[in-house]
Amino acid sequence: MTDYKAKEVKGTKGDIVSADKSHSWFYSDIVKEHFFKPQNFLEGELKESEYNAVGRVGSPACGDELKIWLWIDPKDEKIKRFWWKTFGCASAIAATSITSVIATENNGLTIDEARNLKPQDIVKRLGGLPPRKIHCSVLADQALRDAIDDYYRRTEQSDKIRSIK
Amino acid sequence: MKKSQIYLDHAAVTPTRKEVVDLMRKIENLGLGNPSSMHMKGKEARDLIESARKMVADAMDARADEIIFTGSGTESDNMAILGAARAHKDSGRHIVSCVTEHPAVLEALRHLEEKEGFEVTLLNVDEYGRVSISDVEKALRDDTILVSIMYANNEIGTIHPLADIGRAINKYKKQNKTSYPLFHTDACQAFGYLDMRVEALHVDLMTVNSSKIYGPKGAGALFIKRGVKIEPIMFGGSQERRLRPGTENVAGIVGFAKAVELARSDREREVKRLTKLRDYFIDEVKERVPKVRLNGHAIDRLPNNINISFLDVEGEALLLYLDARGIYASSGSACTSEKLDPSHVILALGVPFAVAHGSLRFSLGRSTTKKDLKRVLEVLPEIVERLRKMSPVKTSIEYTN
Repeated sequence: MTDYKAKEVKGTKGDIVSADKSHSWFYSDIVKEHFFKPQNFLEGELKESEYNAVGRVGSPACGDELKIWLWIDPKDEKIKRFWWKTFGCASAIAATSITSVIATENNGLTIDEARNLKPQDIVKRLGGLPPRKIHCSVLADQALRDAIDDYYRRTEQSDKIRSIK
Repeated sequence: MKKSQIYLDHAAVTPTRKEVVDLMRKIENLGLGNPSSMHMKGKEARDLIESARKMVADAMDARADEIIFTGSGTESDNMAILGAARAHKDSGRHIVSCVTEHPAVLEALRHLEEKEGFEVTLLNVDEYGRVSISDVEKALRDDTILVSIMYANNEIGTIHPLADIGRAINKYKKQNKTSYPLFHTDACQAFGYLDMRVEALHVDLMTVNSSKIYGPKGAGALFIKRGVKIEPIMFGGSQERRLRPGTENVAGIVGFAKAVELARSDREREVKRLTKLRDYFIDEVKERVPKVRLNGHAIDRLPNNINISFLDVEGEALLLYLDARGIYASSGSACTSEKLDPSHVILALGVPFAVAHGSLRFSLGRSTTKKDLKRVLEVLPEIVERLRKMSPVKTSIEYTN
């Protein structure tokens, strides 16, 4: 008998709240706010000169894909702009939106701060997420790290790149 | 439901009709006895159940003694599959079914395969979700004791050629001088819309339930053709020919029968009305929203089912935006399922994960009006466009239709 279910979704293994049929409709007000009024998503296209880092994570096979574009000020290496596009559910959209706010508020996160941003920090700012939603929809921290590597690649500081690509 | 709310999830559950609720309230207030008791109060209850049985049997041109009342469609499916397999295991341990069946069938089959030594062949479907009769024929073997194919699919509304499959099975039985395989169908979604005459369909076992035809939840039935043996899956009483022990849910059964009666008299009119609305909606969505795909068959389709994938966007986000506008639908997206897997039915049509993630099901019903659908058509294009603007995914247009 062939397995009639789709394969395990990557990144969510063991993260399913069993028999919880009341799932996902109880998003926090902050989640709803960012879902219905997402901030900083990229409408249309950017010019090459407008950004200096691109990060990408996830795959639509898992139900979520995220792409971000950053402008990191070369002078103080703080994140000044953060645009994004995502294919994902409410919590993916909200998590990405709030990360764009976190990254750029108060004159912007430094690269080190951004690299140390954890999914927990994002979830906390959202006022919590259903547990089963966290692994699949909070991808923005990974996208940030991916984009920062890209920034170092573009600025020829390859010694600072952390992932091998 | 408030006037501004538009319920388009009738395939999940239908609201119980007022006539049914009124009747059930009356029954509950009668102070009936236990139908198994000898006294008058018990007999009253028993009589109500027996006349309900006759009404349900009439709707499928069956005899009253061929109807077993159960608690749900899921229970009827389990009873049919586990019960038939166990009763006939000495004649063979092979079962044929289909990849797009409801989990009530698939999980029962999986149990038989993993725990009880049966072998299950799950037939694939074509791009519209249909099994082919020749695939059924080819799958039959000397040890095949049961074939279970749903009448109409709950997610995409595709109608299987049940009578033709039944005829092919009969031909096989005649040619091979065997009384196997038995033929079961899950007809929950078809009830109220399609021809339910068991003889015309050539079925031995048929699952129906109440909560899809504006009856109460917690009531279902299994048709078991005279002479067909199945084993009980529960024990402890003589109710329902010992197949479904436990004190009967009298009000539920009577309410179910009432819903069946009402559905029968409405059927012809509702089929016409909903088919028209369905096709109107599908045409309009295709007209107004680019990059969409109708999942399922355009014609061999339940009158109330619309299932459309909006490429490049994710279904749960769509659902929530619609929900915020008072429009209630459902999705085959992984994000809306308990196990975070996308719909096995839409994946079985041979499309990529992203297409399943972007699918929405609108299932129409008695309350649905053209005005409702016009309202949905007003808000849907802008919601899809908004989410597409946010999406980095560009699915190939080869998956549109």
